[in-house]
Amino acid sequence: MESRVLEIKDFSMYYGDTKAVDNISMDVYKNKVTAIMGPSGCGKTTLLRSINRMHELVADTRTTGEIRLYDTEIHSISPIVLRRKIGMVFQRPNPFPTMSIYDNVIAGYKLNGIRLKRADRDIIVEDSLKKAALWEEVKDKLHRKGTFLSGGQQQRLCVARALAMKPEILLLDEPTSALDPKATTKIESLIEELKIYVTMVLVTHNMSQAARVSDYTAFLFLGELVEYGQTQKMFTTPEDKRTEEYLTGKFG
Amino acid sequence: MKSDTVFKYVLHLIAVIILALLSLIFITLFVNSLPSIKSLGLKFFISTRWNPVKGEFGALPFLVGTLITSFLALIISTPFSLSIAVFLSEYFKRGALSSVIRSGVELLSGIPSVIYGFWGLFVLVPVIRNLELKLHVPPYGVGIFTASLLLAIMIIPYSASIIREVMKLVPADLKEAAYSLGATRFEVLKGVVIPYSKSGITAGLILALGRALGETMAVTMVIGNANVLPTSIFAPSNTMASIIANEFSEAVDSIYLSSLVELGLLLIVVSAAINIISRWVIKRTSKV
Amino acid sequence: MGYQKDVKSLMEKEINKNLENNQSFIVNDKHIFFRKIYNILFKTSIILFSIISIIPLFLILFYVLQKGITAIDWDFFVKLPKPVGVEGGGISNAIIGTFLIILMSSLMSVPLGVGTGIFLSEYQNSKLAYVVRLFVEVLQGVPSIVMGIIAYLWVVRPMGIFSGFSGAIALGMMMLPVIIKNTEETLKLIPHSLKEASMSLGVPYYKTILKVVLPSSISGIVTGVLIGIARIAGETAPLLFTAFGNPFMNLNIFKPMNSLSLLIFNYATSPYQDWHRIAWGASLFLIVFVLFTNLVANGVAKKWKVEF
Ligand SMILES: Nc1ncnc2c1ncn2[C@@H]1O[C@H](COP(=O)(O)OP(=O)(O)OP(=O)(O)O)[C@@H](O)[C@H]1O
Ligand SMILES: [Mg+2]
Repeated sequence: MESRVLEIKDFSMYYGDTKAVDNISMDVYKNKVTAIMGPSGCGKTTLLRSINRMHELVADTRTTGEIRLYDTEIHSISPIVLRRKIGMVFQRPNPFPTMSIYDNVIAGYKLNGIRLKRADRDIIVEDSLKKAALWEEVKDKLHRKGTFLSGGQQQRLCVARALAMKPEILLLDEPTSALDPKATTKIESLIEELKIYVTMVLVTHNMSQAARVSDYTAFLFLGELVEYGQTQKMFTTPEDKRTEEYLTGKFG
Repeated sequence: MKSDTVFKYVLHLIAVIILALLSLIFITLFVNSLPSIKSLGLKFFISTRWNPVKGEFGALPFLVGTLITSFLALIISTPFSLSIAVFLSEYFKRGALSSVIRSGVELLSGIPSVIYGFWGLFVLVPVIRNLELKLHVPPYGVGIFTASLLLAIMIIPYSASIIREVMKLVPADLKEAAYSLGATRFEVLKGVVIPYSKSGITAGLILALGRALGETMAVTMVIGNANVLPTSIFAPSNTMASIIANEFSEAVDSIYLSSLVELGLLLIVVSAAINIISRWVIKRTSKV
Repeated sequence: MGYQKDVKSLMEKEINKNLENNQSFIVNDKHIFFRKIYNILFKTSIILFSIISIIPLFLILFYVLQKGITAIDWDFFVKLPKPVGVEGGGISNAIIGTFLIILMSSLMSVPLGVGTGIFLSEYQNSKLAYVVRLFVEVLQGVPSIVMGIIAYLWVVRPMGIFSGFSGAIALGMMMLPVIIKNTEETLKLIPHSLKEASMSLGVPYYKTILKVVLPSSISGIVTGVLIGIARIAGETAPLLFTAFGNPFMNLNIFKPMNSLSLLIFNYATSPYQDWHRIAWGASLFLIVFVLFTNLVANGVAKKWKVEF
């Protein structure tokens, strides 16, 4: 049996009066990749951002139901603590342009005012960049600006930045949609490798990507969770008709 | 077709007129400053004696007075204008409190300078006089400090709106990245927003300084109009703009008038330089 | 994947370190407590400073209202100023002077400003447009007192007399940048398709601009003019040695002319209490006029907006 990291239970989320996520229940398992799929506007991003409470940055949002990290309801934890435990990688690479590569990696510590010894910092930077498969490419230019890197490298830098905080879960919102195929392949194999360190939730538009890298897949449609289960099973024998239609390209 | 061609010519002509207008402004000022430039030269800027009756024209007191009042006003106003910018662009983008502050600042910027001066003369000056009595400095009431305080109030809306524009340019996804690392709002501001918009903010503050340098009426009414080098920040003084306001219509002989025009030329050159450089810096930040 | 093995062997160490780190960095309650405190303190001071910044507004408005309201009655608007010591009198000459000067400034700056705005939006990326924009920026930054000097040198000195006309020149130049920028911004919002639709119907270019594009952006242009008027209505410095002021009624634009702002300045700096009172009344009137003009400008912008 898999061990559960995150438990989403009867969770709904509203922008003002419009319901963007409708009564979703699902579990996320440790050291697995869970993909969230579905047509545009179905609430994938919204669900993902609710997990580390990023949705609270948008005015006039409201949630019902619960999300538990291990056994703690996430709304009972301060968001600044929660977000360190649940890191995030965004659709478009967004390294801090005012910081060097090195500083980007330890940006979380810097921003949060955590003072580290030089040696500790070096370890964290090297370690995170190695995990993000970027170390070899940047080890000689750690003190150059991160914005000089290619798109794919920038995205891996963002992964390293998130990993540096040693999160329990890493949320990835279409991390390859702004990248070329080569960089996409690189990120995908990175996701495979990272499984041993961190649980991942991946939003993707790309079905074959979900099939390639994920262990579990959730299919969302109009804010509802239509189907959730092991990726292999879902892609071969989907239970719901809507899932099947989506997978065969009937809509989306 | 023919009328179209004419129309296009007219449009270009109008554009050229605008160019000619500003060029003519500079040329007029320069030509009319020539008598003073020729006969006084550099002495104009380094001599401290201003006595038109004796034919002494040293503008140093006004340069010093202008710089001190403007910088002091900038220093006093900066925490407030920064706060307003942060308030409106980060904390309260909408809602009642936001519109109170926003319209308050807008109204503040609409009040004519002469009314600031009038109010300053009757409300601020007595307050400062009391303060000066407590501090055991000569209780003029009017002087550099009063002028700076009034100027500070006047430039807050201006610098706040520029800083706000600059802060709006900070990409939302950078802020989100910082939040996703567990930063508090304060830390996001300190660690991401401010570093990103630093040069733009500086440019905005310099633009506000430019505003303060040329501000005339309010300053003229409360600065005390003393044509000597100021000895303290409470001392009466004069700025370039206020000396022009006070003496231009009395200036009959040509060197006297010319020396005041030269001050005007200096003012316009400095504010043009400030404008061009600051806008360039702000435009550059928006392209990063 | 050369360091794959390397990474795997690191795994165990990693998990331990993870725990350690969690304890030392993440779940450090005291540190988090202080971060939250800083955050709250910062927010509080931002709110505090913002509120303090607009307190002067209320102080000024309140003071002007309190002092000014007692000066305002019917006579105030229709009578001429009385000599020192004589009770009563009004500021009719200053009101009329102000409106005449504003009218003249607008007549001079609106055609030129709207024309330049059209040019800038039609030739957005031309070199000339680039330079014009720069010049407009500089023009906007010219200190108002310098405009006074210019109008003096251009008009007053050659004509040998102070005049409302020269004051209007100075103020007109101050209005120009506001009108230009507003016109340009508004015209840029007009969709290209509108122009193309008109041209494709065979309407000549100049008619398309004047009869189709301009009318649909009229609200933006009017807004610009009103903002420009609000900006110059209270200007004093450029009038000191141009319009100069005049205690009598004068409708001749080539003679010295009074304005509200000049009257306020002259009376405010005089030693007479009676005059102070009148100056407060004039200030109240001027503030109301300026704020009202701004309000109308906002209203026009909203109400007359042509939606696309
Ligand atoms: N800030 C917001 N305010 C109001 N409604 C929003 C906001 N963000 C998203 N929505 C709405 O919520 C619904 C879900 O949006 P969401 O961004 O989660 O979809 P998505 O599945 O991520 O789509 P995509 O695949 O295009 O990224 C949409 O209908 C969208 O219009
Ligand atoms: Mg999305």
